[in-house]
Amino acid sequence: MAKIIKKVFYFYYDGFRSMTVGKRLWIIILIKLFIIFAIFKLFFFPDFLKTHFKTDQERSNYVIEQLTK
Amino acid sequence: MEHFNMALVDWSRAQFALTALYHWLFVPLTLGTSFIIAIMETIYVKTGKEIWKRITRFWMVLFAINFAIGVATGIILEFEFGTNWSNYSWFVGDIFGAPLAIEGIMAFFMESTFFAVMFFGWDKVSQKFHLTSTWLVAIGSNLSALWILVANAWMQNPVGMHFNPQTARNEMVNFWAILFSPTAVNKFLHTISSAYVLSAIFVIGVSAWFLLKKRNLALAKRSMVVAATFGLIMSVFMVITGDESARQVYNVQPMKFASMEGLYYGENNAPLVAIGFFDRTPSPNNPKAKEWAAKIEIPNLLSYMATFNPHAFVPGIHDLVHGNDAHGIISYYDRIKMGKLAIAALKEFQLAKKAQQDAKAKAALKTFEANYKYFGYGYYNDPHKLIPNVPLTFYSFHTMVGLGFWFVLLFLLTLIYATKDKLLQKRWLLYAALWTIPLAWLAQEAGWMVAEFGRQPWVVQDYMPTLSAVSNIDQTSVIITFFLFAVVFTVLLIAELKIMLNQIKQLKDGGQQ
Repeated sequence: MAKIIKKVFYFYYDGFRSMTVGKRLWIIILIKLFIIFAIFKLFFFPDFLKTHFKTDQERSNYVIEQLTK
Repeated sequence: MEHFNMALVDWSRAQFALTALYHWLFVPLTLGTSFIIAIMETIYVKTGKEIWKRITRFWMVLFAINFAIGVATGIILEFEFGTNWSNYSWFVGDIFGAPLAIEGIMAFFMESTFFAVMFFGWDKVSQKFHLTSTWLVAIGSNLSALWILVANAWMQNPVGMHFNPQTARNEMVNFWAILFSPTAVNKFLHTISSAYVLSAIFVIGVSAWFLLKKRNLALAKRSMVVAATFGLIMSVFMVITGDESARQVYNVQPMKFASMEGLYYGENNAPLVAIGFFDRTPSPNNPKAKEWAAKIEIPNLLSYMATFNPHAFVPGIHDLVHGNDAHGIISYYDRIKMGKLAIAALKEFQLAKKAQQDAKAKAALKTFEANYKYFGYGYYNDPHKLIPNVPLTFYSFHTMVGLGFWFVLLFLLTLIYATKDKLLQKRWLLYAALWTIPLAWLAQEAGWMVAEFGRQPWVVQDYMPTLSAVSNIDQTSVIITFFLFAVVFTVLLIAELKIMLNQIKQLKDGGQQ
């Protein structure tokens, strides 16, 4: 088992080490994910119904009110 | 309609459109290139010739660049659902949940696992295992697209659900009806085949550039043969599925169909406008306006395309708005009345339930169910607000179709001259192939515009218009994030183009071996 884990680890380790253009791509991916999840999601995209209402009943009451007003 | 903040609706729509259109710049190239690479690697494994390995690895790097830049851009659409479109998210939640969850699991396990083998596994795993991984990446990427497109198709043709008036949610009653609805099947097949065509054009265009520069000739010629063959087969498939999609649109979204063809007044033996330019579009103030400045028509083709009968009646926008008793078309005026009854009945049902007046609630529910089919129409007073932007839909549709036929011709010419080994002499064709690369993306985006602008004002066809789908949030935050997205996506696009162009320019000819 330990041998397999070691083999898989080195498979990825060597793969990442030998990357050329891939290193730049990983940097782009990480920056992008940071912007998406740590900035956009956190500061600009709260889930409207989850943050404003505690229960599904309250959420459905609110939506029905919106749809029928 | 008066109580809706239309500026908020428009900004929310603009933001979603911007995100979706940018996201779709990356997706089709991933879907198609993954298969082209798999075919190239299969040739390598079959023939054992090193040049096919180099060819596969070169296109694999371009595929990786596109994948890396595009990955997770779609997640922003899901953020927007929760924040900007909360009424919609609640309304459709149970239907959307299943396909999107399956998509997430599939994408994670299939793509992520085999992606590593595909890139790191050369010379570390057996040839066959590596090839299997490459094929599984291709299949996994395309299956991810399936679930997203099934969800989108449900919005265009809502089936397999039951609306629960107690919770205001649509509940899934038949998963298979949603998965195999004709709209979903056609949308998936047409979208992926068009993505394959785009990828084939990308490979042909980049290879044409090598030939124009007289570099990497062996790689470029072989790549062109594979891409042109793949592209030609897929473009025929794309035309067939496109034709079937048009019939589906005619059946379930007749207003979109009439807008795609600029058909204001329905007729028997309806001709197809092959090329047309609008003069003034008819409006309530000017119903007799001359629609066309110029047009070329093909007699009876529209009737045939919609129904397989060249003499059949095809309803126009006027018929849908005002109704047509002879052809059993209920007017939008009547639909609005029924929609208002449904909305009022839903409200009454809720009030009666709260007051524990069971008989009243039962009567309200009966009225609601009888009229629910036209629920979304009830938000409008003027039926003309239910007409999409006709010129935009028409021009988008005709741009997509016109380019589609050019792509078929390009594949055919490329294949003919490649088999005669005369590609180098046909510099006009090489330039045409190179300049067709942006046109392939233009056709993709035009296709999405037909699908999404053409169905306006509906977010869920007939049940929910965009104006009732938005959250009651501050419009300023939507405007800010709109511009933030525009900046981030533009930076990502520039990064992709720069890295990709560098890789293409740096490629050194490895010879014929």
